[in-house]
Amino acid sequence: MRLKRSMRWEARTLAPIISLFLLIVGTALVVPGFLRLSIVDGHIYGSLIDILHRSTPTALIALGMAVVIGTKGIDLSVGAIIAICGAVTAVLTASTELHPLIVLGCAVLAGMVCGLWNGTLVAVFGIQPIVATLILMVAGRGIAQMITGGQIVTFHSDFINAIGNGFFMGLPARVVLAAVIIAITVLVLRKTALGMFLEAVGGNSEASRLVGIDSKLLILMVYVFSGFCAALAGVIIAADIRGADANNAGLWLELDAILAVVIAGASLSGGRIYLGLTIVGALIIQTLTTAILTSGLPAQYNLIVKASIILLVLLLQSRVTQNFIKTRVQAFRRSSDAQ
Amino acid sequence: MTDVNQPPLLSIEHINKRFPGVRALNDVSLTFHSGEVHALLGENGAGKSTLIKVLTGIYAKDSGDITLEGRKVHIKNSQDAQNSGIRTVYQEINLIPTMTVAENLTLLDQPRRFGMIRWRSAHSQAREMLARVGLDIDPNSLLVSHSIAVQQMVAIARALGSKARLLILDEPTASLDSDEIARLFGLMRQLKAQGMAIIFVTHFLDQVYAISDTISVLRNGSHVGTFKTRALSQTELVGHMLGKDLDMLQHEQRDITETEEKPVVLSLSQVGKTGMLKPVDLNLRQGEIVGLAGLLGSGRTELCELAYGAARSDQGSKTWLGQSLPINTPKQAIEQGMAYCPEDRKHRGIIAELSVRENLILALQSSRGWWSRIPMAEQQAVVSEFIERLSIKTSDMEKPIGELSGGNQQKVILARWLVTNPKLLILDEPTRGIDVGAHHDILNIIRELCEEGMSLLVASSEVEEIVAFAHRVVVLRDRGKVSEIVGNQISQKSIIQAIAQ
Ligand SMILES: Nc1ncnc2c1ncn2[C@@H]1O[C@H](COP(=O)(O)OP(=O)(O)OP(=O)(O)O)[C@@H](O)[C@H]1O
Ligand SMILES: [Mg+2]
Repeated sequence: MRLKRSMRWEARTLAPIISLFLLIVGTALVVPGFLRLSIVDGHIYGSLIDILHRSTPTALIALGMAVVIGTKGIDLSVGAIIAICGAVTAVLTASTELHPLIVLGCAVLAGMVCGLWNGTLVAVFGIQPIVATLILMVAGRGIAQMITGGQIVTFHSDFINAIGNGFFMGLPARVVLAAVIIAITVLVLRKTALGMFLEAVGGNSEASRLVGIDSKLLILMVYVFSGFCAALAGVIIAADIRGADANNAGLWLELDAILAVVIAGASLSGGRIYLGLTIVGALIIQTLTTAILTSGLPAQYNLIVKASIILLVLLLQSRVTQNFIKTRVQAFRRSSDAQ
Repeated sequence: MTDVNQPPLLSIEHINKRFPGVRALNDVSLTFHSGEVHALLGENGAGKSTLIKVLTGIYAKDSGDITLEGRKVHIKNSQDAQNSGIRTVYQEINLIPTMTVAENLTLLDQPRRFGMIRWRSAHSQAREMLARVGLDIDPNSLLVSHSIAVQQMVAIARALGSKARLLILDEPTASLDSDEIARLFGLMRQLKAQGMAIIFVTHFLDQVYAISDTISVLRNGSHVGTFKTRALSQTELVGHMLGKDLDMLQHEQRDITETEEKPVVLSLSQVGKTGMLKPVDLNLRQGEIVGLAGLLGSGRTELCELAYGAARSDQGSKTWLGQSLPINTPKQAIEQGMAYCPEDRKHRGIIAELSVRENLILALQSSRGWWSRIPMAEQQAVVSEFIERLSIKTSDMEKPIGELSGGNQQKVILARWLVTNPKLLILDEPTRGIDVGAHHDILNIIRELCEEGMSLLVASSEVEEIVAFAHRVVVLRDRGKVSEIVGNQISQKSIIQAIAQ
């Protein structure tokens, strides 16, 4: 019985992991040197490291998104929050003498305030999450433009640039930063009962209320957390290009984040949070992008190929396919039993 | 009555259905005749609902044949079932809560002209359907605004709405009062006389004897036997269902020690809420069991809600253990040691995606706070203890609760509160959908807890259940308290009289 259960568990969770593995192997066959890693000046370089490097913003906001979706919500405003926080970082660095840590604090705070706004609309006023966060999705870029004065603001700060492109113990600093945030989140959700409470609220908020779970407060916190993750992603993106572009920073990134959560197998109707698999999902998306770019495929095919492969992963995940495979396997077992 | 020589309306042969880790139906063969009420009985998790869902195309069978009027049929979805003349009332009400009563009733065959829905005639049709089951509610009201019992009647009205050859009722009476049950039975007899075949699932054995002609028993997914109702005694029937004998009379006797001297745990003085409940006075003593009796819509559920703080009262005050305390939210109630098991299991009880373990542990965990997670070993110990004590049937404790049978879900929700060791337990229709064997175990557990000092407030449409263990009965009518029956005065007769006055 135990064995059976773990097998059932694996069938669903293995799908994204196998997809990522196949994707890497497939790309390695097409692109020579894809798997090669080299160490220059004590820093690791290579396509795989590059994928990790580039996927950090998506991974971070997907982390927040996974938690939000787990509570039956969705956060469409993360792309806009990225723009706002990037703008805050750029403007404060370029035009004030504040210590970079304080600048960073201000950017993160701005993201959390945005999250608080979303959370208030959803938890206190009961506005549907998709509508509530759509407001900031639209208004957010306007706010970012106001902060930058409609210009692309460039800046220079060794400390902040290091977040974008520096190294920490041989690894890209931003990868280390994201890994730490992810690890802390996993620990907090799984080593306390918070993860279960969030899933309970997402699964059935009325039943959760009756067992004494403060679902309003939890939902509020979840959006603040998503804002926090988006803020870090915003700082990373701004630090990467040493400037803030209110119109394009983090554009459409919310959709990648939602995709990553869905690839992990979570349902948009809430109730389950898969953090590890969500990160795998984010890596799948980035690997695809990198693979397409380095494979020399004409640029106009990029989006189509990306969409097709993601569709394939999702089809593999779907209940219909899984049932189909299951019944085939059962039929096969029966016929081999009969012999 | 049934003519044995007449070919059956529906016969199923060698049906098998597996779920991961369970054999829900194991080579089941049955026949159903026109003009016959066929009771389908068995313990919780025996496979009754699964059999019905296979018949109506909700689940695909693994193997076996279904023959309708001599022709083999392939029912793949509820549309096919509809077209074959099968109407079903499922155990979990499957109406659309956010639509109006009229919309729910006419969803399937809306009167149309030129492709447009004719709302006026849809409404008169809905009103007719409601009148048929004796329900006097506004067809334009939202379905969610009604109690489970009313929703159940609406589901029945919908199933009876159009011509059918086979009517399937999966525990339709679980939350109905004697009046509605009598009316439903009247309708069933009428349909039977018109030649309809009816499959009836229930855990109330007296209802089985009142209405059915034939009884089929399932146990652990297998067909144990089919009997003529007249020729089968209740004891034999229970024996077939459980696979062992059970002393049925045990819980029917009143065996109660008085508790006048004990301190008052919860006292409500003039607690009420406009539009919900007229002000009520109520004292609950330590170790005391107070039953709430009354007709559908009399305010039983509302009183439970207000006592627990699931709804905020706008009149009166509450005293807890002699102190005046604001108990206005579930959280505050739980902090004082209250527990509340609501009537609507699907929408307010279970969290379908979460596992049996998580559902069972949730209230205990929430009372300890999110930061002090109960260690996994302790969770598993507690959960396996209760799976054992309440004989909850599940292949393992990590199974999502939504995949358990209805009665087993109810047991998990009860266990959820029993593990918190409450000072006051409020139960609204606690034994809804629970089989005879487990019913007995649960009543024993509750009695034991009350002897240890827990107080119990229980709302139930089953008067016998209240008579069996209540120290005091509060009778409600028209959303207000009308009388209180104490001690030796409590009997089925006195309660029914007080309700009817
Ligand atoms: N969707 C499902 N997935 C997995 N297992 C299921 C599913 N539905 C039912 N089962 C299992 O099949 C068995 C039979 O369940 P079923 O609902 O038919 O019982 P039942 O006789 O209707 O019981 P009850 O009296 O409690 O309603 C149970 O062990 C249940 O856990
Ligand atoms: Mg059932």
